[in-house]
Amino acid sequence: MIVDWSRFVGAEKTYWDELERVLAKLEANPEQSMSLAEAQRLHYLYERCSGDLARLDAFSEPRLRAFLESLVSRAYGEIYETRSPLRIRWKSAIYAFPRAFRRHLGAFRLAVGITILGSAFGWFAVRQDPQTKAVLMPFQGLMISPRERVAAEESTKNDRMKGVKASFSGQLMTHNIQVAVTTMAAGITWGAGTFILLFYNGVILGAVAADYIADGQATFLAGWLLPHGSIEIPAILLGGQAGFILAGALIGWGSSLPRSARLRAVAGDLFAIVAGAACMLVWAGMVEAFVSQYHQPVLPYALKIGFGVCELAALAAFLGWTGRE
Amino acid sequence: MSPVAPSSLSIATPEGVVFSYQLATPVSRCLAWIIDAVAIGGISYFISRIVNVFGFLSQDFVNFLGVVLFFVISVGYGILLEWRWRGQTLGKRLFGLRVIDVHGLRLQFPQIVLRNLLRPIDSLPLFYLIGGAAALTTRLGQRLGDLAANTVVAHERYWEAPNLDPIAPAKYNSLLAYPRLAGRLRNFASPEAVGFALRAVAERDSYNPSARLELFADLADYFRSLAHFPEAAVEGLSDEQFVGAVLRVIYNTPGRTREVKSN
Repeated sequence: MIVDWSRFVGAEKTYWDELERVLAKLEANPEQSMSLAEAQRLHYLYERCSGDLARLDAFSEPRLRAFLESLVSRAYGEIYETRSPLRIRWKSAIYAFPRAFRRHLGAFRLAVGITILGSAFGWFAVRQDPQTKAVLMPFQGLMISPRERVAAEESTKNDRMKGVKASFSGQLMTHNIQVAVTTMAAGITWGAGTFILLFYNGVILGAVAADYIADGQATFLAGWLLPHGSIEIPAILLGGQAGFILAGALIGWGSSLPRSARLRAVAGDLFAIVAGAACMLVWAGMVEAFVSQYHQPVLPYALKIGFGVCELAALAAFLGWTGRE
Repeated sequence: MSPVAPSSLSIATPEGVVFSYQLATPVSRCLAWIIDAVAIGGISYFISRIVNVFGFLSQDFVNFLGVVLFFVISVGYGILLEWRWRGQTLGKRLFGLRVIDVHGLRLQFPQIVLRNLLRPIDSLPLFYLIGGAAALTTRLGQRLGDLAANTVVAHERYWEAPNLDPIAPAKYNSLLAYPRLAGRLRNFASPEAVGFALRAVAERDSYNPSARLELFADLADYFRSLAHFPEAAVEGLSDEQFVGAVLRVIYNTPGRTREVKSN
């Protein structure tokens, strides 16, 4: 209860104004760090304004209450936030991705397992009944017989990608990033959406592999897919990993923390993994447009396969060892 | 503390203070989203016109830039603006909305990225049907992206310091000569009515004259019904002056009453 309204306002307004100035400065420059004296002053002003807000009685001026609540809520956010504001330090940013990946290896293994399961399904479906190809991989370029496609592409004299390579790579980048992000975002369905997307990707992969290998075109397949697929497929798997991390935080198996705390704990890792996967897909898009579409004799298969294997080894080394303490 | 409406997010601080955020309705969020969609379209169109200038170099390169920049703008618009404007996009700013952390803490960059990356799921199958359904059914009106990122969309909490002149002590207030009146008014007047009267006094210049007369007549009648006002105390006061005097009595102290009386 305020004993003397006019004295109360007169005495406290100076502190309200000071807190407002401090907050405006902090909000204008979130990266700025405070000295100990500044932090102590902010804490004092916050506590003083909180006390003033608590003292407002039933007859308090409603706009004054709203003003004090707004001040206290803004100061509360600044004082009780223990996570540091975003500062881009390239070394930390690069380490954040592989570290986040390694922290959630179980989710990645699950994503790999589901993709292998889907691939096995696609493989056996096409091997059992080649007609299912039209249903499992409804892409115009894959409808013809692999042998015919290989013969056509190896004998072509014209550069069919001439004048469209850059725009094609742009389409691939954006499409694949959308797929990876959607695979992550589908984790919000307690993982069911992520499971379906990974399984479907696996089915297509398995069906294509079965079709080409059965037709004796394993070398062409490896030369075609490995240069970009050695980055693109792991990136989609990373999207799946992020989806399962999200699902795990939602479900909360074996955790006594509330859902909001679990989600808060994984938000940084989700961001690091998705951002890393997006960078990988930019590279994969360029390789797919500029390298993967060219076959023997323009680019020997051994060179393309070797390039893909090197990329995969480099990726494995990066994710497995970078930033280890 | 003030009662918290069901559409509010209430946060209790360790200091024992509770403050609340008024949550945005799906309608206001939808309107803000329309503004943002128009802004994204406008920016993309503007950028595509600029990019076309490079057509003399390579049409393929122009097409590449067109595809990539549209993607970057449509994904990055929300992320960049919500980061730089502390939870606001153009649409949210126009409608006075802000994305806030569900615990009232400072919004973090990964939270902003996460809530924006989940838009594709929220927008399924068309026009944010899933996100809209989630916002209507969850306690804090969160779409799926907000649930994952621990955020809510609320109305702005930025208030300017109010003008307290209507309740500041006056040099002369005839009602202050009757100390019992202050006690009776403070006991019997409802806080809602007092708040309403205060708002009427503060905003009186914006009312049209006849509505202003009618409003203050009603308010004066209400306050007169709470206590017996001696004829000498209210003589010559218009309804508006009477309401102002009552508010000063309610907001000022018995101590000041005695001080005036002794003069």
